[in-house]
Amino acid sequence: MGATITEKIFSRKCGRDIHAGEVVMAPVDNAMIHDITGPLAIQKFLEMGGIKVHNPDQVTMLFDHQVPADSIEAAENQVYMRKFAESQGIHNYDIREGVCHQVTMELGKAAPGEIIVGADSHTCMYGAGGAFATGIGSTDMGFALKFGALYFRVPETIHVVANGSFRKRVGPKDLILAIAADIGADGATYKAIEFTGDTFRGMDMAGRMTCSNMAIEMGAKAGIVPPDQVTWDYIRQKRDITPFSLESDPDAVYAEMRTYDVTTLSPQVAVPHNVDLGVDVGEVAGTHVDQVFIGSCTNGRFEDLAEAAEVLGTRAFAPDVRVIIIPASRTEYLKALRAGLIERFVEAGALVEAPCCGPCMGGAFGLLAPGEVSLSTSNRNFRGRQGSTAASVYLCSPATAAASAIHGKITDPREV
Amino acid sequence: MRVWKFGDNIDTDAIIPGRFLTIYDPGELAKHAFEGTRPEFAGEVKEGDIIVAGKNFGCGSSREHAPIALKGAGITMVIAESFARIFYRNAINVGLLPIVCHQAGIIMEGTPVMVNLDEGYLVADGKRLAIEPIPGFLKRIVDCGGLVEYAQSLEEVPACTVSQR
Repeated sequence: MGATITEKIFSRKCGRDIHAGEVVMAPVDNAMIHDITGPLAIQKFLEMGGIKVHNPDQVTMLFDHQVPADSIEAAENQVYMRKFAESQGIHNYDIREGVCHQVTMELGKAAPGEIIVGADSHTCMYGAGGAFATGIGSTDMGFALKFGALYFRVPETIHVVANGSFRKRVGPKDLILAIAADIGADGATYKAIEFTGDTFRGMDMAGRMTCSNMAIEMGAKAGIVPPDQVTWDYIRQKRDITPFSLESDPDAVYAEMRTYDVTTLSPQVAVPHNVDLGVDVGEVAGTHVDQVFIGSCTNGRFEDLAEAAEVLGTRAFAPDVRVIIIPASRTEYLKALRAGLIERFVEAGALVEAPCCGPCMGGAFGLLAPGEVSLSTSNRNFRGRQGSTAASVYLCSPATAAASAIHGKITDPREV
Repeated sequence: MRVWKFGDNIDTDAIIPGRFLTIYDPGELAKHAFEGTRPEFAGEVKEGDIIVAGKNFGCGSSREHAPIALKGAGITMVIAESFARIFYRNAINVGLLPIVCHQAGIIMEGTPVMVNLDEGYLVADGKRLAIEPIPGFLKRIVDCGGLVEYAQSLEEVPACTVSQR
């Protein structure tokens, strides 16, 4: 019986065959904590009797949700984490670098075959780099900090195969919204998703990250793109690592297989208030929007900003729309700055903020009043996610967001 | 004991909105539980109350503030048709009992519920409904009262040991 890539990652790590359904205490290669879930993780670590973390070099700490501190409480939490980092010899990236998942990938802290945990649900994004990466709560994180390992139930896998090339101004975000609509908000609960097919093979790392990032929106524990030349080229720019073969066996046993033909895919919009409510953009075109957010760990990379800028061209954003654009990291910000994108956005009327989670976090800034409508390139449109529970959030690609921001209403990016 | 009935896909933003995540105290978090989506909850919930929900309870963010807020409000257990994975694990870790009952949907708001965890059933409105056992490796954590208590008993963890499923 063949093994899935997930089974192979656990088997490699433990030096023997491990199959889906088994529960193992697996060593973790990296543990990521940020300003929201980190203080509680540290508190739990201490309550467990923790004195020194298992390996400070395997802990990634940074602040991204409420930065710069937007309240005295947030400032206090950040002080608490800084002190812990200092006492433990953990390198703290603090508020400097950007959104945790983008930064973890940029730093090369998630490589093929590794097991990564993060105290944030979108940790599954590192599956784009061929890692088994999953989001955990603060108490589990306290345990991982103390012991350098955690209990995992090795998940079964849903095999998602996408073939074909995207049409103009249709891309990875549209695909993953369509997949989420098909699989459903809980269709992959307790399972891993493996993304294969020539569409994923043809995607750059930015697009793969967008897709892996949203595996959790189907309940998945991980969302893995098997590593190929694109993956190895990316990771080898960041750290010294010898490529090796890591893919599911041809006779691997999957829980389920789903295939998608992207050649006919239209831009997708997830309507309120669930991520799996994706529809063709045409079905909601014309819906008035008050705020457009382009950013987040899902779609705040240079490639996303470039796509938005391409749609924008030399035009201006509609004067009655608040356009908030946030590069996902300092690195991506600099790339966009040097390419002239930031200047273009500001000229067009956008607010460009420093790298952070922004309105996606629903607490720091960019909140919505009752009755307001936001169109966002982020990953969640739950009721109240971006402010009032009487507001509405729609999700879309950077191209659709830019097109809609120009017209002040949801707009098919192919029609601008 | 009151049963609070909820529907499908109750996400962690609904349980505790993002703007309260600087708070970690259970009692303080409880004051904001379901704020905006079930405004009467925080004021009326009593120690020993139970939440009954549909499928995918606790989906979304990994914020442990969600089960902590419910526990802080006095909720002892959440009975749902299914749970989102991270919430399920978080609930067990903080000592809030998540119970999977595929027929939870037929339990009505306010119906008294009696749970027999050891024998794997619950009784609601005279009907006996099957509940799923908690997996062995998590049951040990439940029996200790939470992961902190469980971890306190461990000196080190032998990596790659297989556990009971």
